[in-house]
Amino acid sequence: MTTLTPVLTDTWDAEKSWSLDTYLAKGHGYEALRKALTMAPADIVTEVKTAGLRGRGGAGFPTGLKWSFLPPDDGLPRYLVVNADESEPGTCKDIPLLMASPQHLVEGVAITSFAINCHHAFIYVRGEVLHVYRRLLQAVQEAYDAGYLGKNVLGSGFDLDVTVHAGAGAYICGEETALLDSLEGRRGQPRLKPPFPAVEGLYARPTVVNNVESIASVPSIIRNGASWFASMGTERSQGMGLFSLSGHVTRPGQYEAPLGITLRELLDMAGGIREGHELKFWTPGGSSTPMFDASQLDVPLDYESVGAAKSMLGTRALQIFDETTCVVRATSRWMDFYAHESCGKCTPCREGTFWLKQILARVEAGGGVDEDIDTMVDLCGNILGRAFCALGDGATSPVTSSIQLFRDEYQAHIDHHACPFDPVKSALFEYTPKSRTGALAGAATLGGH
Amino acid sequence: MTYDAETLTSLKTDAAAIVARYPDARSGLLPMLHLVQSVDGYVTPDGIRFCAQELGLTPAEVSAVATFYTQYKRHPNGKYTVGVCTNTLCAVMGGDAIFDELSEHLGVGHDETTPDGAITLERVECNAACDYAPVMMVNWEFFDNQTPESATAVVDDLTAGKPVRPTRGAESVCSFKAMSRVLAGFPDGRADEGGVAGAPTLAGLKLAREHGWTAPAPLAEAAGEATASDATPATGDHGSSAERKPTTPGDAGQGGEKK
Repeated sequence: MTTLTPVLTDTWDAEKSWSLDTYLAKGHGYEALRKALTMAPADIVTEVKTAGLRGRGGAGFPTGLKWSFLPPDDGLPRYLVVNADESEPGTCKDIPLLMASPQHLVEGVAITSFAINCHHAFIYVRGEVLHVYRRLLQAVQEAYDAGYLGKNVLGSGFDLDVTVHAGAGAYICGEETALLDSLEGRRGQPRLKPPFPAVEGLYARPTVVNNVESIASVPSIIRNGASWFASMGTERSQGMGLFSLSGHVTRPGQYEAPLGITLRELLDMAGGIREGHELKFWTPGGSSTPMFDASQLDVPLDYESVGAAKSMLGTRALQIFDETTCVVRATSRWMDFYAHESCGKCTPCREGTFWLKQILARVEAGGGVDEDIDTMVDLCGNILGRAFCALGDGATSPVTSSIQLFRDEYQAHIDHHACPFDPVKSALFEYTPKSRTGALAGAATLGGH
Repeated sequence: MTYDAETLTSLKTDAAAIVARYPDARSGLLPMLHLVQSVDGYVTPDGIRFCAQELGLTPAEVSAVATFYTQYKRHPNGKYTVGVCTNTLCAVMGGDAIFDELSEHLGVGHDETTPDGAITLERVECNAACDYAPVMMVNWEFFDNQTPESATAVVDDLTAGKPVRPTRGAESVCSFKAMSRVLAGFPDGRADEGGVAGAPTLAGLKLAREHGWTAPAPLAEAAGEATASDATPATGDHGSSAERKPTTPGDAGQGGEKK
């Protein structure tokens, strides 16, 4: 049986877990930075590569390898940018981490910056989490005051400034090149790759962009060694990760476990599906990863196994829906999101999500026609692989996977000219649905998305 | 611009502090727009001109940025932005019902403000708190596990001018302007407010404590290195796991992280 392995979460139940004092007293705080400063920078990169740490922001690209793509140092600036723009529907790991123990990230930033010879690092946090931003600002200030950041870090001669930057509400800024444009004070639209950020990133200088959890994992690797990290997880998906269970589950929340744990094991720990109900469908890594049903309960949640099962590990955002949930409603709402968040740069995504939204809304409301299902599949085929960035590709995932798994349910909406589900049953409380008049009528037509 | 001399001086001082955080001044535009909202309550034409002047941009260039991001308001905002998550998971768990209840109760729809200027109601997208669904945000502080009744009580208190406490966050919700100032990067000294994390955040850790589950102990040689002050870092002892690492970009597919 797989058991939980608290590393990043280990200090979260301590008093004032977010403070530097707690991190120093209970989290081996800054031991890893002291050790790193005695190492050759290239050896730190090697250590992280050997550990097998892969990007925890969704793509799973090997973190150390990403660092090693930086061109040889030419003496001019190179940057580390931390992606804390956590916005993928279902994803809720970085925000609680930053709320509970931001120092894990700050120490990781210091070590990574030393490893790649960066003297100015940025943490780009989404603007919609006020208290997290407060804690992050304070954590950085505490680290400056203690000499872990700033001029001559711990007497090593290494200088490092860290700027915490708040975004302003745009999912697309989680895409690394859109994030860089946004950080440069522009509309957050993705850039053509190549050149990759490693070659031309922030201010057209070599830049490493990494997810919060990736960088926060670095201190544990440096402190305990690559083989310690690699002793967790599977052969090619090593280490621990935060698994976020949400939805119709008895005890939703953060479960830090080795990669390769299964949803069946996690559900056992979380008390199972809410009482009296059964699993209908779930996402392994956010709404942009094709959904699964109960037949994938035993798929090891590692990059390879989830990929082999035709989805993606993504951000380990396990959104669980029981049999009361209408899959058309779920998909339709996700499409509202993608259409709202499409940046408009490329035609397949801008137009495709717009039309998918119309069709899904029509089918959900009972106004669909028989051709709608095939039209949506066809539309998705015209977006997938043709969009400028991964947002467009991701938008097709819930549509194609839900049609594959639940085509009959789409057809039932069309045949009966109505949604066969009662929304009250999937909610966590009893209520009487309101008829849409007055202000509500406007809300229904225009929507917020 | 119609700012009085005092306001303009203080805006300029703050704008200079923002610009000083970045190697390139233009990077200060997003925080500067938050700053403008902290003074005007939304992104005003004056605010646009101010940012343009400070950064050597045209007003059109600043507008292009301001209109891209949903947190920048183009018309006067209420003192409190009340956002109900109606993305799929929260909507299914009850977010739709909460939004409908508030909409009817307040008599406003999405992105509309009550006549008294107290509340702007919004549908918001996923706010990274799915394990606390259904979620409501008030000036971007977390109100977890909401019901139509609890949400209505919150907006009634806000309307009545009573202090309102988030479930995870500061001890009370601040105004839209005060919030915008923090987002511009000026701390308000409230980071230590609010207690320990909520139950879902600690769910796995609690279980691990109950069962005595821990991460593996550090291997002996690594632990030795960490304590020996003059130890030479061992860089050659990782061969045993070398065959396990992905070695080429093709192993995992080239690409960046996409959240």
